[in-house]
Amino acid sequence: MTPRIPPERFRALFDPRGVLVAGVSAHPGKFGFVALHNILTQGFPGPVYGTNLEGGEVLGVPMLRSPDDLPPDAVVDLVFVCTPAAANPDLLRACARRGITAAFLTSAGYGEAGERGRAAEAELVALADELGILLAGPNGQGVVSTPARLCAQIVAPYPPPGGIGIVSQSGNFVSSFQNLARACGVGVSRAVSAGNAAAVSVPDFLEYYGADPETRVALAYVEGVGEGRAFFERVKAVAATQPVVLLKGGTTAGGQRAAASHTGALASDDRVFDGMCRQAGVTRADTVDDAFEAAATFATQPLPRGPRVAVVTTAGGWGVVTADAITRSELELLVLPDDLRAAIDERLPPRWSRNNPIDLAGGETRDTVPEVLELAARHPDVDAVVYLGIGIQSNEARLMREGQFWGDPGLERIVAYHERQDARFATAAAEVSAATGKPVLTATELAVADPTNAGPRTVQSTGRLCYPSSYRAVRALEHLWQRARFCQSRGLA
Amino acid sequence: MGRTLAEHESLALLRERGVPVVEEAVVDTPDAAAAAARSLGTPVVVKLTGPGVAHKTERGLVRLGLRSPAEAESAAAELLAAARPDDGPVRLVVAPMVRGARELIAGAHTDPQFGPCVMVGIGGILAEVVADVAVRLAPLDERDAHDMLDDLRAAAILGPVRGDPPVDRDRVAAVLLALSALIVEHPEVVSIDINPLVVVDGAPLAVDALVELRP
Repeated sequence: MTPRIPPERFRALFDPRGVLVAGVSAHPGKFGFVALHNILTQGFPGPVYGTNLEGGEVLGVPMLRSPDDLPPDAVVDLVFVCTPAAANPDLLRACARRGITAAFLTSAGYGEAGERGRAAEAELVALADELGILLAGPNGQGVVSTPARLCAQIVAPYPPPGGIGIVSQSGNFVSSFQNLARACGVGVSRAVSAGNAAAVSVPDFLEYYGADPETRVALAYVEGVGEGRAFFERVKAVAATQPVVLLKGGTTAGGQRAAASHTGALASDDRVFDGMCRQAGVTRADTVDDAFEAAATFATQPLPRGPRVAVVTTAGGWGVVTADAITRSELELLVLPDDLRAAIDERLPPRWSRNNPIDLAGGETRDTVPEVLELAARHPDVDAVVYLGIGIQSNEARLMREGQFWGDPGLERIVAYHERQDARFATAAAEVSAATGKPVLTATELAVADPTNAGPRTVQSTGRLCYPSSYRAVRALEHLWQRARFCQSRGLA
Repeated sequence: MGRTLAEHESLALLRERGVPVVEEAVVDTPDAAAAAARSLGTPVVVKLTGPGVAHKTERGLVRLGLRSPAEAESAAAELLAAARPDDGPVRLVVAPMVRGARELIAGAHTDPQFGPCVMVGIGGILAEVVADVAVRLAPLDERDAHDMLDDLRAAAILGPVRGDPPVDRDRVAAVLLALSALIVEHPEVVSIDINPLVVVDGAPLAVDALVELRP
């Protein structure tokens, strides 16, 4: 299925050579200031220009009256529009004269603003079409593209680079997902707030992400999907090439009333919507955390080939609740194969669990954790590994470092050892996953409770997500397995 | 609200499309009902049917467990007497009592946003409360039909249960594919409801159905 909008038309939006901010303000509280500020501070390498009616300089950028005043040799692909709706038709015409082929509009007063706004929006779309300008928004919060170091948005933050492509019908969800990306280190390729989606809608962006070599997984927030059948066909085509994670707002009567007043989305039968997602191979998330963590897992872990999970833990209780979570899910708690049990027997005193979860029960020595992770992940019956217990030693190390005995003989040495060990365990989990092509997920509440702990910190430095609970690791893994099974049953790669 | 086909017309339409449907006789007199009971074998069920007859159970127009042709005959007479003028032309359906520990529901409808859809769920008199259903957009393929069965929270019901063999999933999938073809090929069909789709010896059997057409 060919994308409705050819992917090369998005180049001007996501990889512009130069950017013009229209409607720049000298007041740091105004969108027209914030947009320019964010583009400049986050290091966009290309030329940045600005227009306003007041002239002068803002943040060192000389203000032009109009795009017509751009230097003759200026190469600008994207205009970021903060001007009032009434000014935009003339602005777009002037931009087109200077070769600008993409516009992101933050301007309000369009489709969300009654009949006159809808008429203005329709005229603007027709004009952009005629001028050959790709029009994103209006009434959107901006566009982010890490390969281009572009942070053209009126909200924060700028996320780390990575493989997640975000599109949202609600601008603040772009911000939410980027906040989560920044906190856990699993990064973003492109992010865009679709705003009123007058000309370019969520499925258009999804089709682009499907074709974008920088994007490994698409993550979308939607409230309404417009013409449902077309949405289904298009999202199914994207999901055939790339994981698509969807968070749908308005799944209950209460939520649907809220969505109707927010985006005007029509109520839909959630059983139909859910079936549609499954049929399209789309990963449907339950919550914001679930959506982001599913996307982050698709972006950083290989797909499991089957449902069988081995749990490696250094504490019994954690293993038990994780066994519960796996059993409740569509994954399977692997019955420990005899040869794997025998291999682990050689490395541990007999008090270990001798079953799955593989509870080391305190019998581990310096090299046990990496060795057991390796044995488990390499076993042909194991499709995925969940590893629990990272960071315990470094947690004690923090108390030592912060206590009044810090400096006493031996403390520094043991603290360094603890932190080295946790870093080693995190690295081993990532390395054995890469070597075997199997997902290995590390979970600890220290990911949230103390992200500076050497365990979660090192997981992050390996580019992977350190899950805040084993339940959430299992949930993310279940999403991966569901997609793997869908792809296997349909002969998709 | 469109017009609905009578139960026996609905079942006939499904039979034509290859859905296994309970064997039944449509008759007009108590005598004929007794004869039908004799040839089908008792016990039987006798129901009043007609394009205008709805809410059969609530109105007492379904007589179950009739053990002899004579019982069928007197039930038929009572049902004919219970018909109201607004029921329009009525007839009698005589069908064998079908027993199965497991009942499913299956159907198709047109969603205002996504168009024609096919549904399967756990049936029985509490089906609406249990609300365990899976939906796909039509047309669906065989893989989708099997996925729908896996989606049910009570999917375990499809396995071997209390001495009954497991449900033949391929046959249930075939019913869903038939519903898919029916609603896709016939835009005049608004909805189809098979309730119950009784599992007999592991195989699905449509015992009652309602097809609604555009006015």
